[in-house]
Amino acid sequence: MDALLLSRIQFGFVISFHILFPAFTIGLASWLAFVEWRWLRTRDTLWRDLYFFWTKVFAVSFGMGVVSGIVMSFQFGTNWAVLSEQAGNILGPLLSYEVLTAFFLEATFLGVMLFGWSRVKERMHFLATCMVALGTLISTFWIISANSWMQTPAGYKIVEGVFEPDSWWAIVFNPSFPYRLAHMVLAAFITTCFVIGGVAASYLLRGVHVEAGKRMLKAAVIFAAITVPAQVFVGDLHGLNVREHQPIKVAAMEAHWESGAPGEGVPLILFAVPNEKAERNDYEIAVPKLGSLILTHTLDGDIQPLKSVPASERPPVKPVFYAFRIMVGLGVAMLLLVLFSLWQWWRGRLYQSRAALWGWRVLTLSGFVALLSGWYVVEIGRQPYVIYGLLRTADAVSPIAAASVMTSLIVFAVVYFVVFGAGIGYLVKLIRKGPHPHEPPPRNEQGEKTAARPLSLPDESSEADA
Amino acid sequence: MEYWLPVIWFGVIGFGVLMYVLLDGFVLGLGILAPFAEDEGQLDHMMNTAAPIWDGNETWLVLGGAGLLAAFPKAYALVLSALYLPVLLMLIALVFRGVAFEFRFKARRAKPAWGAAFALGSIFCAFAQGLILGAIVEGMPMQEGKYVGGVFDWFSPFSMLTGAAVVFGYALLGSTWLILKTDGRMQLIARTLARPLVLVVAVFIGLVSAWLPFLDSRIMARWFEGGNFYWLFPVPLLVIGNAYALWRAVMREGNDAQPFVYALLFFVLGFLGLVLGIWPNIVPGLSIWDAASPPSSQGFVLAGLVVLLPAILGYTYWSYRVFRGKIAADAGYH
Repeated sequence: MDALLLSRIQFGFVISFHILFPAFTIGLASWLAFVEWRWLRTRDTLWRDLYFFWTKVFAVSFGMGVVSGIVMSFQFGTNWAVLSEQAGNILGPLLSYEVLTAFFLEATFLGVMLFGWSRVKERMHFLATCMVALGTLISTFWIISANSWMQTPAGYKIVEGVFEPDSWWAIVFNPSFPYRLAHMVLAAFITTCFVIGGVAASYLLRGVHVEAGKRMLKAAVIFAAITVPAQVFVGDLHGLNVREHQPIKVAAMEAHWESGAPGEGVPLILFAVPNEKAERNDYEIAVPKLGSLILTHTLDGDIQPLKSVPASERPPVKPVFYAFRIMVGLGVAMLLLVLFSLWQWWRGRLYQSRAALWGWRVLTLSGFVALLSGWYVVEIGRQPYVIYGLLRTADAVSPIAAASVMTSLIVFAVVYFVVFGAGIGYLVKLIRKGPHPHEPPPRNEQGEKTAARPLSLPDESSEADA
Repeated sequence: MEYWLPVIWFGVIGFGVLMYVLLDGFVLGLGILAPFAEDEGQLDHMMNTAAPIWDGNETWLVLGGAGLLAAFPKAYALVLSALYLPVLLMLIALVFRGVAFEFRFKARRAKPAWGAAFALGSIFCAFAQGLILGAIVEGMPMQEGKYVGGVFDWFSPFSMLTGAAVVFGYALLGSTWLILKTDGRMQLIARTLARPLVLVVAVFIGLVSAWLPFLDSRIMARWFEGGNFYWLFPVPLLVIGNAYALWRAVMREGNDAQPFVYALLFFVLGFLGLVLGIWPNIVPGLSIWDAASPPSSQGFVLAGLVVLLPAILGYTYWSYRVFRGKIAADAGYH
């Protein structure tokens, strides 16, 4: 294996791990802001218990996001030096703005949010939570802008083989950016929503933390009833945008090798095994014209087929095709569960319906799977380019030895499995244990002679009674 | 603008790196000193002093990385791909150090293991940073701005020396931070450690300074060019004076902030000495003007920086105010 392939595997590995944590904490930070607001408004201690409980989960997840994110910020230089040299003029400023407007904000106010409960006034503490939530959203804005620019480059000029900014407005708000930003933020909210609902459902099924479980499930159903349908709508707009700017990606998503007779339209393939050698699908089950309806909003519209470009210009079809189906399949499952839950709620049976509770429990982690699948569609679908149509991934890699990358890949794999395996283990234990009823506030009222306790707030070791 | 923007950005990156070295330096120092904690409770105490602020401190490193990519993309690409393995070591060490802050307090059986991760992560991270510094100061083989050296070119007696120097330097910062933030037994341990560390760090600064003029990169040549030495020689004198003041302050009861301030000053002076030597290159052989991104890139970020940097410094100061004062030994919820 060469440095290119190894670098691609390594990037895919470290970013797949990384994205799980921000995807969760973006939604969780907003959820915490909501919960703390309810506590301040209602003075109902259950809200405060929920706040402390989810803060612990947030702290561990955020920490893992931070350390895996630092790795990301150096990957571009270590493994993709040519990309950094040629596009650093554009990507560097976007990432710098992310650090300046989001990372410092999150990191600094997180300290106050976790440890400042009795060192600052209530309103100040609430402000800190809001700043953390705002920071996660601002961070999403810049990183999606940078990624979108690589998908749909705009506002640049090329001087001696190097990208230079021409219009920052056009760069930041490049053609695919608004759709992808909305899609990602909703995906993050939905991911968190289903974790909260899933945890609540498992408490209700186990008969523990019943009041907390009911409140969380109700909130999850309401938020999911807003975000999931919104995601269907945004996803559709996003799809139209991809068809306009990256038609071959859409062709790979649909495994659409060649167009039929004029007016025949594009079928929707429910199942198939794309055969890249023979340039066709095996075992295909398809619904005629439905693809056209979804992709072009007409019955006979056509999309550009894969065979319209040489094989060297196509992304790998199989992973894009399957990943897209996993994402959409999970989206449909989520939508059905939300509708079913609303119906049960209307009948006054939400907490008794074992079918609804099991549905939430089963789909607890569905957001993560759907989100990763979506990103695989985006990132594998843009191949063979790293900057779409302009810079090939193969030309962007650093002049480094394959042995170095092999070493780093093995080290990352081992370390990530140990470290994040342990972290996820602690998260599972925290969540299984659930919120303390009438949790006492952190014991640091005595003023200056106290410390807040590192990232664990008022709790004992989670291994203690596990 | 073509002339001044890279100069300003050299200052900005320098400021960011200095902030990182000072702020994460003392947190890494806590990890380096972790083996001197007498029991798990003392290590809790040490980590508690930095728990609310370590994350913000580490963010300066990310700013350094992103800022370098934005303002000097050629230097970013060159340095990181040339120093692939030391950067890998630093990142892995940072992963262990960072998660140890969270996991150690969640663990019971594995608590000593995460304590060890905190200590080893900090030590290796500091060593890797010193090594990276040494390798940059020594210079790296390149043609037309591209790295043409081997995988282990960074390995040299000089980079090993700077690696060790940074480990002891951060330990000194950490010990003076503990003098500031703790009292009683913990503070006494910190005072006892700080004294020998002052001497060791002074010796390291002497060794590194004596070595610099003999490096191929001639990085310190400017120190001895023309009349430069005459107006630069106060810098070494200040270092010696500061070392003496620090040595005395460490054992003096009453003003617990003084040792930390002198230790920070130690780093500022050493950093200034190196920066003066590197200027006007960002890496030996690659001038800031050759490595710079176009004014449209540097100017775009600078415009935001003018507003955002004071804001960041403002709320960072505020968060230190919130957590001011001594941190009690029995803090925590066991």
